[in-house]
Amino acid sequence: MKRWDAIVIGAGHNGLVTACYLQRAGLDVLVLEKNDWVGGAAVSRSLTPGFTYSNCSYVCSLFRPEIMRDLELPRHGLQVIAYEGGAVLTQDGDFLGNYRDHEAHRREFARFSARDAEAYDRYSRDVTRQCRFIQPLLMRTAPDPTSLKPRDLGELLYLGRKFAGLGASEMAQTVRFWTMSISDFLDEYFETDVIKAYFALSGIIGTALGPMSPGTAYILLHHYMGEVDGSVGAWGYARGGMGAVTRALAASFQASGGTIRTGAAVDQVLVRNGKAEGVVLEGGEEVWANTVVSNADVKRTFLSLVDERDLPETFLRRVRNFKIRGSSGKVNIALDSLPEFPALPKDSPCLRGDLHFTDSVERMERGYDDWKAGRWSADPFLDVVIPTTLDPTMTSPGKHFMSCFVQYCPPKVEGRDWTDVDRDAFGETVISQIAEYSPGFRDRIVHMEVRTPRELEAEVGLTEGNIFQGELTFDQLLFNRPVPGYAQYRSPIGGLYMCGSSTHPGGGVMGAPGRNAAAEMLRDLKRGTRHMSAAHDVI
Amino acid sequence: MIASVPGRELNPRLALQDHWRAMRRETPFHSRLAALDFRNDWYSWAGCKAPLSLWDEELEYFAIRSQAALIDISPMVKYRIEGPDAETYCERVFVRNVAKLRPGRVHYTAWCDDEGHVLDDGTLFRLAETRFRLCCQERHLPWLLDSAIGFDVTVADETEAVAGLALQGPTSCALLKDAGFAGIERLKPFDLAFFPHEGGTVTISRTGFTGDLGYELFVEAADALSLWDRLWEAGQLRGIRAIGYTALNRARIEAGFIVANADFVTAEHAIRADRVRMPDEIGLGWLVDPGKPHFNGRRAILEARRRRSLGHVLVGLEIEGNVPAEHALVYHAKKKEVGLVSAAIWSPMAKRNIAIASLQRPYGDTRKDDLWVEIYALREGQYMKLMKRATVVPRPFVKLDRRTATPPADA
Ligand SMILES: Cc1cc2nc3c(=O)[nH]c(=O)nc-3n(C[C@H](O)[C@H](O)[C@H](O)COP(=O)(O)OP(=O)(O)OC[C@H]3O[C@@H](n4cnc5c(N)ncnc54)[C@H](O)[C@@H]3O)c2cc1C
Repeated sequence: MKRWDAIVIGAGHNGLVTACYLQRAGLDVLVLEKNDWVGGAAVSRSLTPGFTYSNCSYVCSLFRPEIMRDLELPRHGLQVIAYEGGAVLTQDGDFLGNYRDHEAHRREFARFSARDAEAYDRYSRDVTRQCRFIQPLLMRTAPDPTSLKPRDLGELLYLGRKFAGLGASEMAQTVRFWTMSISDFLDEYFETDVIKAYFALSGIIGTALGPMSPGTAYILLHHYMGEVDGSVGAWGYARGGMGAVTRALAASFQASGGTIRTGAAVDQVLVRNGKAEGVVLEGGEEVWANTVVSNADVKRTFLSLVDERDLPETFLRRVRNFKIRGSSGKVNIALDSLPEFPALPKDSPCLRGDLHFTDSVERMERGYDDWKAGRWSADPFLDVVIPTTLDPTMTSPGKHFMSCFVQYCPPKVEGRDWTDVDRDAFGETVISQIAEYSPGFRDRIVHMEVRTPRELEAEVGLTEGNIFQGELTFDQLLFNRPVPGYAQYRSPIGGLYMCGSSTHPGGGVMGAPGRNAAAEMLRDLKRGTRHMSAAHDVI
Repeated sequence: MIASVPGRELNPRLALQDHWRAMRRETPFHSRLAALDFRNDWYSWAGCKAPLSLWDEELEYFAIRSQAALIDISPMVKYRIEGPDAETYCERVFVRNVAKLRPGRVHYTAWCDDEGHVLDDGTLFRLAETRFRLCCQERHLPWLLDSAIGFDVTVADETEAVAGLALQGPTSCALLKDAGFAGIERLKPFDLAFFPHEGGTVTISRTGFTGDLGYELFVEAADALSLWDRLWEAGQLRGIRAIGYTALNRARIEAGFIVANADFVTAEHAIRADRVRMPDEIGLGWLVDPGKPHFNGRRAILEARRRRSLGHVLVGLEIEGNVPAEHALVYHAKKKEVGLVSAAIWSPMAKRNIAIASLQRPYGDTRKDDLWVEIYALREGQYMKLMKRATVVPRPFVKLDRRTATPPADA
């Protein structure tokens, strides 16, 4: 029977990135995906004729350009296009626009507060400084602080030097940044509710914390770190939907000789004498390999695919306690015409960016209170985009795809499992919020896909529906991601690796976990990594 | 519920929604500039549409040096500082002694963050005992407001409300006299005075950015066009020319003036920790008055002086030959890189190749020998690589007696 060099469990974007790099290093790689399609949470499917959705993730900027280049993704069809800023629609019938042009941006803020308008430069300077510190860490394996290996010591030293290079006041600022709430952080710069609400969004996306919870400031950074062609902090649409990312990865992988099997769910990792030997598929088929790497989150991997008896107690306990609470839902809508928002001028460029309807941090926090009580927010926070205003490939002219990211949405409803009735009621909460700002909205709807944590978990395999395969709080980052002692993509089982967003540097369509995991595996296999670009300089 | 909020039309914020349609604001003088503009050579000055040149930058430069050049300076950021504590407040913020600045006077100054790093430089106009106007390059409202805590003072942005013109050149005083600004000849450099105009007031100061005889005029935006017309008409016999930034920039380099975020990086914009500068590092040490009441950054500046830990120095350079050394690297002994040129031109007035450069001490400070600049001159598809000797010289590069003569001559 065939023995593969490596099996990748899951064809999410990170699994595919790992697979690509391993295959290009000369390994014979098999990707096994439980769904009939590839992509995981970076997926575009057509659920109604004439429309393509970005079913889960919907905006792209974190994806590392080094990876796009190495794997020749542009040649395989990936194109990321920048978009205009967007707007927060306010309850008094106004809006706060977010324009790309610096002066337009300032004048817009000045409509609300002259002070805040001029505080923006200071704010973006400080956030940029922090990003510059973190960004180079994304494409490096986090050091193990308990190890005395030269490489770990070297990496620790690098981290220390970078930190020391910040200077005393920046260092203090960094520590605060990692521990503060996004609300407190923003209070240091801004006085206007809607302006703070606008920025606070990035601090809570995908996180089961409220804007007033400590630790949320760092999450803002995680979202700011992206770039579109060198423009740091900018966001873009993947042309053709987020699935374009994983389609290009799959094409690149196959072009280099790799094999993908869809509809092949792994039931068990085969472990003999503490070493992974392959997998057993649902249905019983055994597939053998020298190494196995899991793209599924750390809980799914170690609590359901591996026999717990093969794992050390501390590791198991930490994996069980890994925070992976679901907090978000998604509503994808096919529209037969472009919705109108009377608050926005008809030709407003903001329509081509992200639209929000939550105009105060207070309202966000109230939304979080509902989540804590086990309910979806009665007044949820929405991040709405209409990518078809810039991307002509997802539907026909005049028709539109609208993606609504929704927070907060709990993994269970008041302690019990979601039902279809709950799901429809959740969808209705979302639609009615949009309709408040967009008369006639309902009449434009052709089709709609409502996704609660239940659907996200069932389809993508995200435990509790957590979009990042584990929360991005500081206790679960760097050498503590996913759990202390196992931050270098290896596991307690020989030959079994992890490459999903549960690992450093975390979630988002970034590709860095997948790339770093491949680098570690190739190191263990004593294979070269010359085909992997080093991280771009941050100068 | 949303769109039909009662009183929607009363919300002043709503009336300003459409600002993005004119992403580059037109200043109150725009229609006059546009009528004289034959080049469509606009750039963005603090978000305003401003001309690089209107006709020909060479001719515009000579208007500054021979007749009178008219420059729209409305985009300059302006703050009004007013209240019983205005003087003590300014004393707290700025490095230069404000008690010595009498009403009716202007001075050049700078202000720093807690670490003594320069936030900006600018001119402070003392319009009255308790009223000041600050003109600068960057925006500082949060800084100025936070500094005002505990002082009985108000700080407000008046950039758009107040229009500004600079009239610079040897005939500028004569022109203002012809325009009916009686007594203008009595203003000494850095004096300011108020003159009636169209039922309002125009504030005229003997200041400018050219190192030449010249004045700056400020009026309420509503009176801008009539002021322009008044000057323009008066200028018909003696000659007046509206000019753009390229010509002005040449004159300012000759005068040795620095521009924030061109010749140095302001502390609130510096992303890299080592890019910030103390006043002494950008040639502004002379502004700092250690004897005056406490001001922001004082301790850090004095400490750096005491410990001799100032890393940089900004100098004027005279460079061999005639090829401008813009953004050239500066070397010691042709080998060791010691700095960078931030502005450079061939000076028509001095007939010299001049530059403003930032050097790493001790070079340019105690070691001024053996300095060189490496100039890459792109000529028809090839770089001509020149290594030219540079000499540290005092600024201004061009010193004109007419700048300070009072009363000024008519030409
Ligand atoms: C609703 C939503 C919105 C988001 N929005 C954005 C956004 O706009 N921008 C952004 O950058 N990020 C966004 N994210 C986050 C981002 O999509 C994820 O962090 C990222 O896609 C995770 O990629 P991954 O490769 O690590 O894992 P996944 O995408 O989770 O891939 C895991 C794969 O493994 C497969 N799998 C699991 N178990 C098995 C098994 N037993 N056998 C075989 N296969 C298995 C799954 O089917 C899946 O394909 C969003 C996520 C969600 C859910």
